[in-house]
Amino acid sequence: MNPANYVLLSAVLFSIGAVGVLVRRNAIVVFMSVELMLNAANLAFVAFARMNGNLDGQTVAFFVMVVAAAEVVVGLAIIVTIFRTRRSASIDEPNLLKY
Amino acid sequence: MPAEGVFSLIWLLIALPLAGAVILLCAGRRTNSWGPYLGVLTVSASAVLGWVMLWEMLQVSPEQRTVEQNLYSWLVVGDFQADMAFQLDQLSMVFVLLITTVGALIHVYSIGYMSHDRDRRKFFGYLNLFVAAMLILVLANNYLLLYVGWEGVGLASYLLIGFWQYKPSAAAAAKKAFVINRVGDVGLSLAIMLMFVTFGTVSFEGVFGSADEASQGTLNAIGLLLLLAAAGKSAQFPLQAWLLDAMEGPTPVSALIHAATMVTAGVYLITRSNAIFDIAELAATAVIVVGVITVFMGAIIGSAKDDIKKSLAGSTMSQIGYMVAAVGLGPIGYVFGIFHLLTHGVFKAGLFLGAGSVMHGMNDNVNMRRYGALRTVMFITFITFAAGWLSILGIPPFSGFWSKDEIIHAAFEQGVVVGVLLVIAAGITGFYMTRMFIMTFLGKARWEEGVHPHESPKVMTIPLIILALGSTFLGMALLFWGDIESWLEPVVGFESKPAALSTAATIAISLTVVIMGAIVAYVMYWRRPVPIEEPRGSWLTRAAREELYGNQVNDALVVKPTYVAARATAVLDAKVVDGVVNGSAAFVGALSTRLRRYQTGFVRSYALSMVGGAVLVVLALVLVRAS
Repeated sequence: MNPANYVLLSAVLFSIGAVGVLVRRNAIVVFMSVELMLNAANLAFVAFARMNGNLDGQTVAFFVMVVAAAEVVVGLAIIVTIFRTRRSASIDEPNLLKY
Repeated sequence: MPAEGVFSLIWLLIALPLAGAVILLCAGRRTNSWGPYLGVLTVSASAVLGWVMLWEMLQVSPEQRTVEQNLYSWLVVGDFQADMAFQLDQLSMVFVLLITTVGALIHVYSIGYMSHDRDRRKFFGYLNLFVAAMLILVLANNYLLLYVGWEGVGLASYLLIGFWQYKPSAAAAAKKAFVINRVGDVGLSLAIMLMFVTFGTVSFEGVFGSADEASQGTLNAIGLLLLLAAAGKSAQFPLQAWLLDAMEGPTPVSALIHAATMVTAGVYLITRSNAIFDIAELAATAVIVVGVITVFMGAIIGSAKDDIKKSLAGSTMSQIGYMVAAVGLGPIGYVFGIFHLLTHGVFKAGLFLGAGSVMHGMNDNVNMRRYGALRTVMFITFITFAAGWLSILGIPPFSGFWSKDEIIHAAFEQGVVVGVLLVIAAGITGFYMTRMFIMTFLGKARWEEGVHPHESPKVMTIPLIILALGSTFLGMALLFWGDIESWLEPVVGFESKPAALSTAATIAISLTVVIMGAIVAYVMYWRRPVPIEEPRGSWLTRAAREELYGNQVNDALVVKPTYVAARATAVLDAKVVDGVVNGSAAFVGALSTRLRRYQTGFVRSYALSMVGGAVLVVLALVLVRAS
């Protein structure tokens, strides 16, 4: 199997995730898109590890997974807190930090 | 010669009045009751010590009369060294005696004159400070220490002119005196710097020893700068405008500082620097020119003033002009300039103290148009003033005759022009001094209502009597018994050249001119009644009343441009400097107002900018890799 196809798939997934972050209104869906981007990166790392023949990429993939987990913890906590006060998960609503 | 025996106390001459000044000024009101007496005591002690030192000096042969006392190394910076060292030679000896003796008499007089003044303790403190500073000036053995004394007397003059500082005119006069003096001081400091650059030292020994090695140009420059300094301190043209205003100070101040001693410091400076002026001919000529101009200026101004003190101040300006012209003549004139300085110091102090005595009796009125016939009520003042009057006119055998005539004779040795000019000025002197004498003591009484003139107390008349005795006999004493020419010769050199006129002819001509001037005054002021209102007078009289427009010239040349420059600087500071600072602050503010719009508060727009930035970075990387 040509590892280049995996890199291409990773690029597609990353783009879909990026568009999802920019376009979707629900905060949870935005988070899912961010997870999608992180996993696309993981896929790219693993594909390149296979292409180079050493395991450095796979090690980094572990790091990425840890970071993703931590980020989800913090992010979901923030969203839940905002939801409790505002009763809405839209990311367009809270715009108080403007000039 | 090192300082031994009584000469090891040279420092005490200065320390006594200095201690007096410190005690009186620092200890404050506690010393109010005995303060004046302490002031008199310190200066009198210095005077006694000075006379003892003179006695010792007379026992020694002329080559050994210079005594040096080095207290300590004051400034040592690299190659430059200036010591706290004093030099007592024949020239500084006569100055020490003049300063301390006349000073002591004036201190005694001030006990009576200032007896009603609340601040008299401070007055004696300042007077002592002045005596100490003047002694430092004449005893210094290097130009830097001389400059310390120079500045000190300037300070004392400021404090004493503005003694009644609640009077705006007195405060302004003190400031004017100090600022004009400062211009002269610039001359002295530049001269000192030039000396250091040229000779590597500023001590008298060093400078005078190597004077002939320097170029004419350098020596002329130093000489002209020293002349500028002397002109400032001695109220010579063009820095003469402060002297008449300085009469705002109490009369003892006018007598001591602005007649006998401080204003003679310029003459001392030029005489002490004779080694430089002997070689620098341009500077010496400039000295003569300045002296002669001032002789006439002072005489003309003194002829038109109705204020007795201002008229005497004009006279001082004129007489110092005589001294300056004399020392500008070179070795033929140094001795006579100093001789006239000594006799003038005594008789002018006597005249000023006499004027003070008159003012004391006339409720401090200075207008001579309100005097008249005072000889009937103030006999001692009348007689002592007459001694001073005859002395300044130069009538033999009074002191002024011997010294002034020698100067005129020396001027004729130089050439005819200067001699003739000095003779004419002597005639004008005869006029204005006789005018003053007649208006004050003779003629009819023109006193105001309620004025009862009376003779002054003994504490004031005794110094007057002593000074009058000096005005009468000092000239003969110094010339015949003291042999002033050979006394000063080792320090300044003395020559005699054949003159255009013989001595007898000079005496005859100058006496005739003087008496003619006196007769003019007699006709104008005794034969005719003196008007109480000031008459309009000729254009010269009006110009002389305005002090020959000296103040207006200073105003236009110096004061107005300084104000313009100051205002321009203030505008520059407000508009340009503040403008730059405030402008940059405003710029930052405007920029931030523009950039604030990007803070929309929407998460999605922030995410978009992040994506946009990431895309740019990737593009840049790709382009760098590709190229």
